[in-house]
Amino acid sequence: MIESEDIEQLLENIARRYGYDFTGYARASLKRRIDAFFSKGKFLSFADMQIKLMNDTSYFMFFVEEVTVNVTEMFRDTAFYKTLREQTLPVLATYPFIRIWHAGCSTGEEVYSMAILLKEANLLHKSILYATDLNQAVLEKAKTGIFPMSAMQQNSENYINSGGKGDFSSYYHANYNNAKFDTSLAERMIFSTHNLAADASFNEFQLILCRNVLIYFNRDLQAKVLQLFDRSLESLGFLALGSKESLRFSSIAAHYKQVDNKEKIWRKNR
Amino acid sequence: MTNTTKLIIIGGSSGSLEALLVMLPLFKTTFNIPVILVLHRSNNPDNGLAQLLAARTNLQVKEADEKDSLQPGWIYIAPPDYHLLVEEDGTLSLDQSEKVNYCRPSIDVSFISAAEAYKDRLTAVLLSGANADGAAGMKMVKICGGNNIVQDPASAQVSYMPQQALLVAPIDDVASPEAIAHLLNGITGL
Repeated sequence: MIESEDIEQLLENIARRYGYDFTGYARASLKRRIDAFFSKGKFLSFADMQIKLMNDTSYFMFFVEEVTVNVTEMFRDTAFYKTLREQTLPVLATYPFIRIWHAGCSTGEEVYSMAILLKEANLLHKSILYATDLNQAVLEKAKTGIFPMSAMQQNSENYINSGGKGDFSSYYHANYNNAKFDTSLAERMIFSTHNLAADASFNEFQLILCRNVLIYFNRDLQAKVLQLFDRSLESLGFLALGSKESLRFSSIAAHYKQVDNKEKIWRKNR
Repeated sequence: MTNTTKLIIIGGSSGSLEALLVMLPLFKTTFNIPVILVLHRSNNPDNGLAQLLAARTNLQVKEADEKDSLQPGWIYIAPPDYHLLVEEDGTLSLDQSEKVNYCRPSIDVSFISAAEAYKDRLTAVLLSGANADGAAGMKMVKICGGNNIVQDPASAQVSYMPQQALLVAPIDDVASPEAIAHLLNGITGL
């Protein structure tokens, strides 16, 4: 079992050496991921692992990939997407140009889901989807628009349950174990690395989606990131969070109103 | 039985709801320790489990939210499709990482993190189920000095889960749901 002090020391060394600051992450989950990484690496000691991480940049990037959580699917939480489709998109449709930010987009399933929603609302041509993550490897995957065929049945069910009326399979070409999504969906996407724990606001958006990312942060980092979103959101813009995340207790809450009492979408009212 | 317990964590799968419906009404009103419930359940967010259980107990019942601070007299239910973890400061965290033992929430994930956070101040309870989730967790509970109670396989609707725990982890008590409720009453409410 790894001691908490060893983890703290490692996180500080990583922040100093690489500028990746994990010290604001909730510990229980992070410790579990580091434990698993340590066991898989078959190191003689925790210090051994630390030395390798400090001296081998590509190994460190692999560590970032492994300790961050990158589990996602298309149209996850179907009721959320239904609300987005029926209540948020009609408002965004009134703008001449729509800028959307997927913060912590992982392998991109939610970005492609959004592109499909926009396409069906005939809004994709005037939208731009910024998709960011701190992890370069998942962004490379997201850019390809290739997802495992094995996930398509679930994705298709999610699509239908979220109010999709089209033929989901028309959006991709099946090729053995992979589904390659139509390149027209990706035309309006821009992928870029961005670290919510360290990087600044880079644009103004009408919609920011950051779902199941804040759960990995402690209260201080959550507050910092929510302020970053507040600075990056236009007046009357929308902020969408994960199903167990909330603006409750946050300093920006006073300027936001929840769109639908159940789904986690807030509208900025100033 | 130690009376140093500051947290009770209960895991179960098929057949565990029946056991809980026997146990919960027997909990005393003086029950002064937080309880975490990790049950395998469908991913439908509105399946009414919290309301169903709340109707059977004097304790307060809620679906756990991230950063909830564990309070005496409350039962926290792991939400569907998230792993539930316990922080050293007595708050809860949620995690949507890969399924463990084909399950999210996984009992092992919650037991292991509760054991690391609460050490010898934890009592873990494993009920009826058809899967081996929870057994590795109980091993860790013991390594950290905690206390393990397993539902008597003979009393369980599905005996596999408690049997697996008995095979791999040191267990302090093997008991029926009624007897487990009395054991838990014994370590709470001074």
